[in-house]
Amino acid sequence: MPQTAMGTLKAEVKDLNFYYGNYQALKSINLPVADKQITALIGPSGCGKSTFLRCFNRMHDLYAGNRYEGEIGLHPDGVNILNPKIDPIEVRMRIGMVFQKPNPFPKSIYENVAYGLRVRGVNKRRILDEKVEQALRGAALWNEVKDRLNNLAFNLSGGQQQRLCIARALATDPEIILFDEPTSALDPIATASIEELIAELKEQVTILIVTHNMQQAARVSSYTAFMHLGEVVEFGETGGIFTNPSKKQTEDYITGRYG
Amino acid sequence: MAPDKGVQVMRAMIARRKRWDVIFAIVGLFSMLGGVVTLAALIGSMAMEGVPRLSWDFFTSFPSRHADKAGILSAWVGTTLVMLVTALTAVPLGIAAGVYLEEYAAKNWITDLIEINVTNLAGVPSIIYGLLALGLFVYQLDLGQSIVAAGLTLAILILPVVIVATRESIRAIPGTIREGAFALGATKWQTVSQHVVPYSMAGILTGVIIGLSRAIGETAPIITIGALTYIAFLPDSPIKSEFPYVSFEWLSSAFTVMPIQMFNWVSRPQEAFHVNAAAAGLVLIVMTLLMNALAIFIRYHFRKRIKW
Repeated sequence: MPQTAMGTLKAEVKDLNFYYGNYQALKSINLPVADKQITALIGPSGCGKSTFLRCFNRMHDLYAGNRYEGEIGLHPDGVNILNPKIDPIEVRMRIGMVFQKPNPFPKSIYENVAYGLRVRGVNKRRILDEKVEQALRGAALWNEVKDRLNNLAFNLSGGQQQRLCIARALATDPEIILFDEPTSALDPIATASIEELIAELKEQVTILIVTHNMQQAARVSSYTAFMHLGEVVEFGETGGIFTNPSKKQTEDYITGRYG
Repeated sequence: MAPDKGVQVMRAMIARRKRWDVIFAIVGLFSMLGGVVTLAALIGSMAMEGVPRLSWDFFTSFPSRHADKAGILSAWVGTTLVMLVTALTAVPLGIAAGVYLEEYAAKNWITDLIEINVTNLAGVPSIIYGLLALGLFVYQLDLGQSIVAAGLTLAILILPVVIVATRESIRAIPGTIREGAFALGATKWQTVSQHVVPYSMAGILTGVIIGLSRAIGETAPIITIGALTYIAFLPDSPIKSEFPYVSFEWLSSAFTVMPIQMFNWVSRPQEAFHVNAAAAGLVLIVMTLLMNALAIFIRYHFRKRIKW
């Protein structure tokens, strides 16, 4: 994996353009993603941060008329995950995602976490049990649900559901986890516990997080990219971006003058 | 202190506008009663006429020249078997077509055209299906005037209903659930078969049963393909005592169904046969109501686990 001043890189975005039909939503984006670090994407509504995030697991391939240009190199092998010859399923098996609103399946807690493994053909009870426990512990949910793994996931609170979705993503040992505003549907206490969890997770996995909450970006991330109108306006260490932004636009946004 | 002028004007205006609430409530009440009372009266008069005729013998006897000895054995067995063929054909075909249109087919003008056509097909008069089936099943495929021909006819009749119900309940599944499955590396087939279809089952089955309740009362297409009105035998039994224990002979058997039996009795001059028809009508209504009750139960059973 390439070494830089930022340390080891997990992924590199080069000249990424993205189009919804004729509308260009992302414009020549370049961004390094540090390995086992948290990179935050911030910016006003409609700036393209979620669109950008969803390029990483080729979510846009699900809908007709979307088009990528440029590349996202995923290390260690450096494969360009936007290459049309690469099956998006392969990409999604390497890069997990947690959505804005908790979206557990209407199945049991156990089956929710096991689903990614079942998709991969793992059906041995012993392996599943072990992986499910490991993932739920990883998502700091094990102690709360270990006695009711067969209960429906919908019976959990919103914050617990979101941690379940994190466990679901963790169970398959992804290389990167994408978080798309993971706390926007949660109350402040649940938000705090999710943030704490994300901060712990960077020990084991590279994280990209989209957030509209600047304090959240400042609290959890090591690197921050500020996006505006489909472009990355400024990228750097989170401390630098928040205390000493080099661009006027960034400063205006983080000081609350717009957005 | 009396309210000032402005408030009084406002109150008068509110009272004037609210008059329409009262007027509509009255009109609506009578409209509703008009429908419900007529229906209740119909069922009531049929019940009064038919109930005394209902007996065990009525269900276990073949039709007869003597009204008091005639029964609906061949009719209810025929209806049951035809419905079985209809359900076994229309359900898999309809669900597969609905899933294909919603999840797999490209979204372009051709699929739009197909969608409009499918919706329109649901409104085509049933006798048209009867004519189509007469040409296709009875003559072209040489199935004859059989249970399988009737079952297939009713299956195409309700296919649009099943397809539309399938598509609508699939569409009601939030995109985030679908994306959640894809994000874990599921293929389209895994997402569809393990999430989309199971979670839409309540709506799909409701559509299926609504379709079947329509089919159970259909007379025109069945007459068109040549169902007999007087059947004094039962189709070959599907279960045999010797190997291979099952038989599909019954599929090609001649048959009659409940509405045709009723039609036959109503068209006779003797009053006693009209009583038979009323009793058979009651049985048919109970069969339909039971199917609707099943639909409600299924919907409740499936939906209690699912809340988006």
